[in-house]
Amino acid sequence: MDNIAGKRSALTIVTHLSVLLLVIIWLVPTVGLFVSSFRDREQIQETGWWLAPFPVEQAYRVTPELEGVTREGDRWVLEGSLEGAYQGSAVAGFGITSRDPGMGEPGETVARYSVDVEEEDGEIDDTRIEITYPTEEGPSFPESDEDGNRIIPDTEVFDRSLSVTEEGQFRWEDADEITRAPSIYVVAMSPPDFGLGNYRTILSSDNMDRAFINTLTVTIPATVIPILIAAFAAYALAWMDFPGRSWLVAGVVGLLVVPLQLALVPMLTLHNQIGVGQSFLGIWMAHTGFGLPLAVYLLRNYMVGLPRDIIESAKVDGATDFQVFTKIVLPLSFPALASFAIFQFLWTWNDLLVAKVFLPSNSESWVMTVKIADDLLGSRGGDWGILAAAAFVSIAVPLGMFFAMQKYLVRGLLAGSVK
Amino acid sequence: MSPIIQGILTIIIGVGGCITYFYASNWVLDHLIFPARTDDRGRNINRATMVRPWLFLFPAIFALGLYLVYPVVGSFYRSLFNRSGEEFIGLGNYYYLFAEDGFRVAVFNNFLWILFVPAAATFFGLIIAELTDKLSWGNLAKSLIFMPMAISFVGASLIWKFVYANDPDIGIINAVRDSMGLSPIDVLQIPFWNNFFIMFIMVWMQTGFAMVILSAALRGIPEETVEASILDGANPFQIFFRIKVPQIRSTIIVVWTTITFLTLKIFDIVYTMTGGNFDTEILPSYMMDYMFRDDGRATAVAFVIMLIVLPVMIWNIRQAQREA
Repeated sequence: MDNIAGKRSALTIVTHLSVLLLVIIWLVPTVGLFVSSFRDREQIQETGWWLAPFPVEQAYRVTPELEGVTREGDRWVLEGSLEGAYQGSAVAGFGITSRDPGMGEPGETVARYSVDVEEEDGEIDDTRIEITYPTEEGPSFPESDEDGNRIIPDTEVFDRSLSVTEEGQFRWEDADEITRAPSIYVVAMSPPDFGLGNYRTILSSDNMDRAFINTLTVTIPATVIPILIAAFAAYALAWMDFPGRSWLVAGVVGLLVVPLQLALVPMLTLHNQIGVGQSFLGIWMAHTGFGLPLAVYLLRNYMVGLPRDIIESAKVDGATDFQVFTKIVLPLSFPALASFAIFQFLWTWNDLLVAKVFLPSNSESWVMTVKIADDLLGSRGGDWGILAAAAFVSIAVPLGMFFAMQKYLVRGLLAGSVK
Repeated sequence: MSPIIQGILTIIIGVGGCITYFYASNWVLDHLIFPARTDDRGRNINRATMVRPWLFLFPAIFALGLYLVYPVVGSFYRSLFNRSGEEFIGLGNYYYLFAEDGFRVAVFNNFLWILFVPAAATFFGLIIAELTDKLSWGNLAKSLIFMPMAISFVGASLIWKFVYANDPDIGIINAVRDSMGLSPIDVLQIPFWNNFFIMFIMVWMQTGFAMVILSAALRGIPEETVEASILDGANPFQIFFRIKVPQIRSTIIVVWTTITFLTLKIFDIVYTMTGGNFDTEILPSYMMDYMFRDDGRATAVAFVIMLIVLPVMIWNIRQAQREA
């Protein structure tokens, strides 16, 4: 028995760990985008979202004011402060080229020299090298340049140099007179920058608010109307006797799986012919038609399971079918109505296909899915902060709905699938 | 603001119209056509009972007929005509499609989707349902895995585009590769396997659905069968695969077919992820390439999708009739 008990606990740990792993895999993508939607767009480019809580090394290009140039020996010198031109407290590195903006660290000097090099074929050429050395020790030169050519000693001619302290005090030395402000590159550790900036941008400048309202406008009528139509039909299919009933039920089951794609061209043509065209009215009608099979199927399945006694005794007491339906069956079917409402709401809110076909293609009528897929992914392709914020603006409502009404959602799924 | 007002009006007109229709039609039936007060009282009540179901059913049958039955015929009819819809070309659109490389790729990928997505989603769903069953935090875990269900296909695609991003400072997959010293790759451009990276998005979204239903089915298994097998010395794996899974076979099939149907409808993911490039096209997204451009070909593609669905649809109807 000890053995079995021991095995059990080992298995339990494995179970815990594997479920944890699966949950992490399932959650990580969403969390990543969610975190990114709050991050500063520059920081998104610099480090992965998994490093979001840590400071980010960010490079800045600074052009200091050209004031107080002095001459020291044969060099021109510009000194001053870079403070305020970069975010964060301390300078972590600096440089004189955009290629390597963090070449030197505070306490060091970055300099450019002209040197003569001996190329592989023995030819002598002049080139420029950039070196870094501790300021106090003075320059020292490598034996070869980046291309592997030997540098001929003592041919170095000073061109320019830069040193920056941690506090942002810089000293720029130049062999020529400084007539234009030099470009200084500074790398600073910026503290994590979280905020609602992306959301503000997307909602104020990108017409996403309009798309949000359009989505809402499409969704609500497209959820309410099919419920009503389907409820009556479901009652008839569940509690009224008439020839051909089982055929109709089978027909609804068949229609459940008819691909939506078939309806696009003929129905759009029809909408154009009867004057509805591509419009909100058209998409409400389309969503109503497409949602009905599931609605009728779910509601009928639920209504069939209601206790026969209640309905029959009401009929014996003289209630008409209409009264039985409105006073007894409809209130009792609330859970099924709720679960279909959630399905239809999620489906219409998240739909891209029907919106692309049945709504006008101008930007005033875009719903959020169309806005993201057809506009933002193209125009804001690499701007992940904006894209993430847009995605979460569109996800927030269904997600809230999902967690608030999960019970009904699960119930509806079970009613539809487990027999 | 006008769409909102239009929307509110539609709700009022739609809901009001429906209620008025149902109420008025029943009233007319009971009071004017077959009044229960005349001499043929009994006969009239019977007749009214015969007509009433159709009053209840009419709006639904009308909408279903218009939006789902008519298009099957209408699409097929339209697919026999050329682009402008004026010239009858018989099966010309189909000949064209079957000769086209893009169509063949789409059909091939579509079968890949039908094979992989339902299988993977059902598999993960089943495993997670079983594993979370005994855990104290199982419901929380299930809730989190179920969550992608609420996300739109476009949103989900965006989420995964972020995961798959080429830049190792953005995409987590390439960040892992980078930390192992490998150069970043764009997984959406690897021939053939890119399909699986796209399909996984669908698996990610549908696993929750499979899990919820299979977990309910697993709980419905009679305790005695499991207890008996424990007494007989079966190990946990044997219990799961030999005792539990066979008992929920019918539910597994339902889940499998439901996800298959859904898979056949989804164009959003491919459209958002690659736009059908890099040989990732599937039929629904392939159809959208022709939508608004050549209705004849678009309807032909749609009808091919219908033909793929048809066998399972017939099987589904048979199953439903057997139960009714």
